Amino acid sequence: MTQQSLHPNDVLAKAEALRTTLSTSYRDEIVKSLYNEAETIARRAVKTALDKKYDLDQKIDQLVTSPIVGLPIMLILLSIIIWLTVSGANVASAAIATVLFGVGDWGRALFNQIGFPWWVTGFIWDGVYLGLAWVISVMLPPMMIFFPAFTFLEDLGYLPRVAFNLDWLFKKTGAHGKQSLTMAMGFGCNAAGVVATRVIDSPRERLIAILTNNFVPCNGRFPTLIMLATVFVAAAFPPALTSFIAAATVVGVVLIGVFFTFLMSWILSRTILKGEASAFTLELPPYRRPNVTRILYTSIIDRTVFVLWRAMQTAAPAGAIIWILANIHTGDSNLARVIANWLNPFGLLLGLDGVILLAYIIAIPANEIVVPTMMMVYMGAGMMIDGPGTSAGIFDLLVNGNGWTLLTAVNLMLFALLHNPCATTIMTIYKETKSLKWATLSVVITLGSAFLVTFITASIARLMGWA
Amino acid sequence: MTNTKLSLPTEHCEECPAFYQLEQMGFKVGDFDRVVALAGNPNTGKSTVFNALTGLKQHTGNWPGKTVTRAEGGFQFNSIRYKLVDLPGTYSLLSASQDEEVARDFILFGKPDCTIVVTDATALERNLNLVMQVMEITDRVVVAVNLMDEARRKGLEVDTRSLSRDLGVPAVPITARTGEGIHTLLATVADLINGDITTKPLRVEGTPEFQRAVNELVPMIETIAPGVPNARWLAIRLLDGDSKVQQALLSGELLQRVARQASADVQFSRKMSVEGRQ
Repeated sequence: MTQQSLHPNDVLAKAEALRTTLSTSYRDEIVKSLYNEAETIARRAVKTALDKKYDLDQKIDQLVTSPIVGLPIMLILLSIIIWLTVSGANVASAAIATVLFGVGDWGRALFNQIGFPWWVTGFIWDGVYLGLAWVISVMLPPMMIFFPAFTFLEDLGYLPRVAFNLDWLFKKTGAHGKQSLTMAMGFGCNAAGVVATRVIDSPRERLIAILTNNFVPCNGRFPTLIMLATVFVAAAFPPALTSFIAAATVVGVVLIGVFFTFLMSWILSRTILKGEASAFTLELPPYRRPNVTRILYTSIIDRTVFVLWRAMQTAAPAGAIIWILANIHTGDSNLARVIANWLNPFGLLLGLDGVILLAYIIAIPANEIVVPTMMMVYMGAGMMIDGPGTSAGIFDLLVNGNGWTLLTAVNLMLFALLHNPCATTIMTIYKETKSLKWATLSVVITLGSAFLVTFITASIARLMGWA
Repeated sequence: MTNTKLSLPTEHCEECPAFYQLEQMGFKVGDFDRVVALAGNPNTGKSTVFNALTGLKQHTGNWPGKTVTRAEGGFQFNSIRYKLVDLPGTYSLLSASQDEEVARDFILFGKPDCTIVVTDATALERNLNLVMQVMEITDRVVVAVNLMDEARRKGLEVDTRSLSRDLGVPAVPITARTGEGIHTLLATVADLINGDITTKPLRVEGTPEFQRAVNELVPMIETIAPGVPNARWLAIRLLDGDSKVQQALLSGELLQRVARQASADVQFSRKMSVEGRQ
């Protein structure tokens, strides 16, 4: 046979023809002999010292993946981590804020002394620097505690057990059981969670996992939730209970996020992504002694510095924009106020206000900085407070200065939980699905849920006369 | 019994600085002499091996399915520069999910000089299925039996010499987390690439009809796709009715891939060295 006369089709035809010569069970036979071979080789190479059978792992697994106490153990662990974060972060936040805002005062004084024009001093110290100072003092302390604790559980091998506990629920919603893994990764970073959905081989179930990943708060959004819970929700209770109430609130918000993941998966698998859940095996890795240096490295360098650096890159220009908006005067008001007032009716409808929506729009590239941005808009509008960065200072600014209620805080937490993915995650969704349609849908679904839920809670609260 | 010749250095050699020279090169993978791929089941510690060799801090986690794309890094050993490609962890190379395809395509078309299959000493039987599938594609395989410390803790004794003999490729015991056995592993990889170790991978032969069918298809595939890395494996996949392989053959993609993979890899490496971590 010469090269010209041989076409790929001929090879395929030949393969088809040859296949008919094979007995139907040839493939099973090959697979069977492969497994037999593996078994024989492994049995020859591995010797078990029967007297030293170590099954502590199994005993622990029976407990943490038990159908009765598995889920409660999970909730308790999450609550402990968040409680540690809440009670530790408060102290550190105040200390960092004192230092950073002190440096700001000093810098402003120095610039005035040298004789820079007012707008240079204002732009740099009241715009860019203030944006950075807010982000660092609000976000850094919770991250320093939350990330190492989270990484510890990850390194220990606990997270796959979480997935194991939840996978039957996912199957019930018509999604893939492995979505429990990608959801758990979303707590770290939603973009990473979206990439991780590659382990799901069915395209339908993979899309469900991608579209719903954003409903669990990522590491970037946890500080926002923790701060709001500490300052507002917990403030309504006696001081001794503060940190417990705050932790319970954050856990509650996380559970709402998980609930929305299930709800949306269920809706999607019954509407635009119809189909049955496919079966899979989930392997539980052995528990491993966590490596302290690696935990510190991962949590400090990979997570804390990464998240903070990203937030700072958006906070600096956001600070600049807010300062400019607050200093362009129109009549007796300024541009920031005008835009905020214009957005206000819509904001109030959602139980929020115009300033929050403005801050949210400015912070779209990295919406975890929405709280610091909001603070700046309030302060840029002329409000000065004592002890900025402390819980009391923030509480004073928002409640006494800007008419916040418990409803505002609760709805902002819900909004932060449900609103659209950050720019990085949207880009990742686009890259993974190679489709503008799905990327857009991921925004529509989340933003739609955020508007709907906050509108409902605000309406109920008003009807009942709570706000 | 195979004619595998193993000349593994002893533990004592490993301590001796004159014996080896490992230099971690991180992302500097633009220029390299050899390509080594890391394959293995999920959560067997491939990324830990990767980090130990390259000095990179690719995020490792006790978490199956963490690496879903390939990561690359470089290292230098006995003044030869290696590019190390960390493939996604998979249980097999046959199914259709994206991570398995990435792994399979690279082993087949990337023509690595050597593929290290990282296995879990505590679950060897399950891990051997992938080892044997990789050995179907290439005979340049070194099996790294990782997590030896965990195996000891569980009271398991793994005889890697028996394993080498049965599989027909070298098997090296390591504990990537502490670095134990890493240098022996590298020395073995170097010897295998140099031809100082010859392998004779165990392959499942199947029924006589099956063997005849494979033998008839192989020359045809080699004629229409000259230079294709492993015609035997492709023949088996065609007999199995693997639609991806059929399409690749029909559309001429197979040929293109053979030609293109080399240049694509260089581009990918350059991108990695510029962008840093994935």
